Amino acid sequence: MATHTRYYTLRKDDLNSFIVKLSRDHKVVAPVSKGYGNFAFAEVTSSNDIVLKYIPTILPPKKYFFPQRETILTFSTGRGENAEAILEHEDTVIFGVHTCDLNGIQCLNIVFSERPRDYNYLGRKDKITIIGLECSEYCDKDASCNLMNSNFPNGGYDLFFTDLGDAFMVHVNTQAGEDLVENANLFKPASPEQMAALYSLRDAKRALFKNEVAVDRKDIPAIFDKSENSAVWQKAGEKCVGCGNCTNVCPTCYCFDIADTMNLDLKSGRRVRSWDSCQVEPFARVAGGENFRSGQAERLRHRYYRKFRYSLGKYYRFFCTGCGRCTRACMAGIRLKETLAELVKEAL
Amino acid sequence: MIKEELVNSNWRVRKGHIIRVKRMTPCEKLFEIELESGRALDYEPGQFVQVSVFGAGEAPISLCSSPTKRGSFELCVRAAGKLTNAMHALEAGDELGIRGPFGKGFPVKVLAGNDLIFVAGGLGIAPLRSLINYVIDNRREFGKVDILLGCRNPKEMLFADDLEFWQKRVDVNFSCTVDTGGPDWEGNIGLITSIIPGITINPERTFAVVVGPPVMYKFVISELLKKKIAERHIILSLERHMKCGMGKCGHCQIDSLDNYYCCQDGPVFSYDRIKNVAKM
Repeated sequence: MATHTRYYTLRKDDLNSFIVKLSRDHKVVAPVSKGYGNFAFAEVTSSNDIVLKYIPTILPPKKYFFPQRETILTFSTGRGENAEAILEHEDTVIFGVHTCDLNGIQCLNIVFSERPRDYNYLGRKDKITIIGLECSEYCDKDASCNLMNSNFPNGGYDLFFTDLGDAFMVHVNTQAGEDLVENANLFKPASPEQMAALYSLRDAKRALFKNEVAVDRKDIPAIFDKSENSAVWQKAGEKCVGCGNCTNVCPTCYCFDIADTMNLDLKSGRRVRSWDSCQVEPFARVAGGENFRSGQAERLRHRYYRKFRYSLGKYYRFFCTGCGRCTRACMAGIRLKETLAELVKEAL
Repeated sequence: MIKEELVNSNWRVRKGHIIRVKRMTPCEKLFEIELESGRALDYEPGQFVQVSVFGAGEAPISLCSSPTKRGSFELCVRAAGKLTNAMHALEAGDELGIRGPFGKGFPVKVLAGNDLIFVAGGLGIAPLRSLINYVIDNRREFGKVDILLGCRNPKEMLFADDLEFWQKRVDVNFSCTVDTGGPDWEGNIGLITSIIPGITINPERTFAVVVGPPVMYKFVISELLKKKIAERHIILSLERHMKCGMGKCGHCQIDSLDNYYCCQDGPVFSYDRIKNVAKM
């Protein structure tokens, strides 16, 4: 009988063999350094370029599920025009996904599987295998993952790696994960001592991670209920330049635009879906000229409500993972933790 | 990278043939469209479709015909953006793409058995016409029917044939007003709110259906509430840019704690559900 919870270990020295083997059959992507303290998920064929200790990548792994630009339809124009809905996908293993980003992918899975379904997203998701990687300490001061309950593994992966020094503890969550382990022939069952090491690492994390904003998570929706007309939005809105960086780097932002592009023959073309941002001025404008979110403060407020309030009613979860990317990417220095702290202070 | 056809994609369009184009004003044209499949578009008054002109893109357009009209459907289109300008260049015989219908239409089953006041401002007459003609085609099911129409000037008056038809009928009361008249104009001059007080209503059994630009709603609703019509008896259709129609792209989300997406939860709402929305 298969045991429900399976733990293996992989010696650190064997990580390279594992990645090399994986990359023979799949595209493997993992965090690599981009310099200046920045990291990005990029294709690897060995473990040489993989950075195991990294702060959240510039873009979250959502780019593999929901690319910045994707063709959803190809067409020919003129009389007798024809159109075909298409999906472009690639068998991919994402290695080294932090728990905050696993949480983000779980949020997007829910959005795109809600009817009417998005089969482009779902088709791509089916071709992706996810290997998580645990953070044993804070990545930096901008994270708020304890507040958002995403600093511990909570499903959403096939395999999950925890760095125990000279070896990785590997939790198997799916049959696809088990198959990777078996095919690699590098993993060994975890010993009781290694299990104890995992538990003590988790205990140390529980002592280290504290709510990054002084509020109980379950009180957040009620605070937002009271904050629609808060001066906090005006204040942050005056700083905000409406660049849309925060939405691009957000693991749970999924607003998009759709536009046609003609091919060079001018007889055929593509309908392309691309990332859009509710922070840019034309986002809620209609053809007649009316703009339903014309001020920057309204647009900024809208984004916060989508993370901390609206999603609770619709999907029963926060759409903030506490990864801190919006703060790091903000050109105007708007800090999510500060904004939340001000709202909390005002509401209490 | 593998590329495959996605047969279950919600982005697929159905081919439509334009069977008639009628210019109504310098800016608006009426398109009559038939699906290539020969099957009728199965829709409710107040719903919308996504219209594609390949190369120009896609845009949401209200259905302005009643589903009681069989076989084809009609769209009233103002040349206001990229897609609508491309549509204006099309003529009878041309093809376009259709997705939908989308959204929640007017609650015709709820309206049955009640008196109805239709209030249309400007282009709001287009979606409202789908319901007005539905009601006229099922006239016996409804009580007293008043139609109040407002627009900027007589030249911008849409659906002249329908207006004449409604005016002649004994079973509907039609009145219309313009902001500024012309030398030939013999009707009312003034805002649409000025003709609401003159209507006799029984608030217990009256529904008001209001469609117009956002600026009109506040004033019309306040007049209707003065007439003691209940908030949930005031039905509105909201305008947003519904890009995907599937409650995902985010463009049509309405700023309210209820988290409505205009494309799926609307575009038709009763006033009690959206009264806290700052900009309707």
